[in-house]
Amino acid sequence: MNRATPATAPRTASRRLTSRDLALVAVFAGIMAALGAIPAFTPAGLTVPITAQSMGAMLAGAVIGARRGALSMLVFLALVAVGLPLLAGGRGGLAVFEGPSVGFIVGFPVAALVVGLLTELRGAPYTLEWGIPATVVGGIVVLYTFGVAGMMWRADLAFDAAWKAALAFLPGDLVKAVVAAFVARGVHAGYPGLLRVRGARAERQSAAV
Amino acid sequence: MSLGLYRPGRSLLHRAPAWSKLLLLLAAGASSFLLDRPWQVASALAAVVLGYAVAGVPPGVMLRQARPLVWILAAVAFFHVLASGWERAFVVVGVLLALVLLAALVTLTTRTADLLDVLVAWMRPLRVVGVDPERVGLLLALAIRSVPVVVGLGQEVRDAQRARGLGASPRAYAVPLVIRSLRHADELGEALAARGVDD
Repeated sequence: MNRATPATAPRTASRRLTSRDLALVAVFAGIMAALGAIPAFTPAGLTVPITAQSMGAMLAGAVIGARRGALSMLVFLALVAVGLPLLAGGRGGLAVFEGPSVGFIVGFPVAALVVGLLTELRGAPYTLEWGIPATVVGGIVVLYTFGVAGMMWRADLAFDAAWKAALAFLPGDLVKAVVAAFVARGVHAGYPGLLRVRGARAERQSAAV
Repeated sequence: MSLGLYRPGRSLLHRAPAWSKLLLLLAAGASSFLLDRPWQVASALAAVVLGYAVAGVPPGVMLRQARPLVWILAAVAFFHVLASGWERAFVVVGVLLALVLLAALVTLTTRTADLLDVLVAWMRPLRVVGVDPERVGLLLALAIRSVPVVVGLGQEVRDAQRARGLGASPRAYAVPLVIRSLRHADELGEALAARGVDD
């Protein structure tokens, strides 16, 4: 169980995935599936139940970075497409890609990519004041863009109607974006080395959990 | 692979090669915008239901495929009835339902392993942009194996929480789950490196 392998070697676009990258991508696809197995819970004051799964896309970007995070979501979607019932509520198969919520599902890799890019931009130490905006931009702004486009396409809704339909999920997703950032901070504190340390100006204020 | 949604059978649809069913589904999806009359949509729905009959899938199982969509479809129908009338609502909801049922039919009649093979085969043209289909196949196999491993780790975390009398807090569950999974990934990565995956 050594962690000698540097997690963030200098990256170039065509850099081959190392065996550690492959393992992280595969395991994060597994985490996404495990989050789908958590029963939905409804926090006080909210009417829309929250499934833990859409947190997975934000977590993937915030924990293992843009490239590996986006890849893990692609792998997860591939497993769903070939017929494994891994989406929350035991859904799976090709049918989910024909339904009206297709945009929210195919948006997972892009959401992870954006959260990861923003997270890597700042580097270690992971802070909530940078992490929460990152999960909100990637996990809500970007994901909803795909989701709304999907509803306009599949359900033939006007932009206005699609946008308002998505709004019902916003309170729950805001909670998830915040929880995802808290979780990412806890993970980076307990398992350092995944983010590149940001030069000399490492602020200590929220490095400890 | 008993985890999947596949239902074993010996029908024509079960025996058809996976790639042909996927192509049919893609073609159906791409041409669905051509359907804009209620009778056309009704025929498409009838054709899909006929497909279920040919595949020998019981009606109950077919209805179960549509169940997650009921509320969404009702909302979409309601919106379209208000915005442009019954006819439009029937066309939009009918096309959605037909495509979802068709896609589910492909999933029900095709083995997960066969779909994986098609997926890897269709990756071959991506070789030119540096995608190695063999590694894609390895990655998918690793991910499938990781699902029960991570679910098992999640069970351990939950048991540990319960033993310490902690309630269900998403953070207290997710942080140890992710960290344990990352440590598992370390071991998995070393095992892969030892087998020469990096060479």
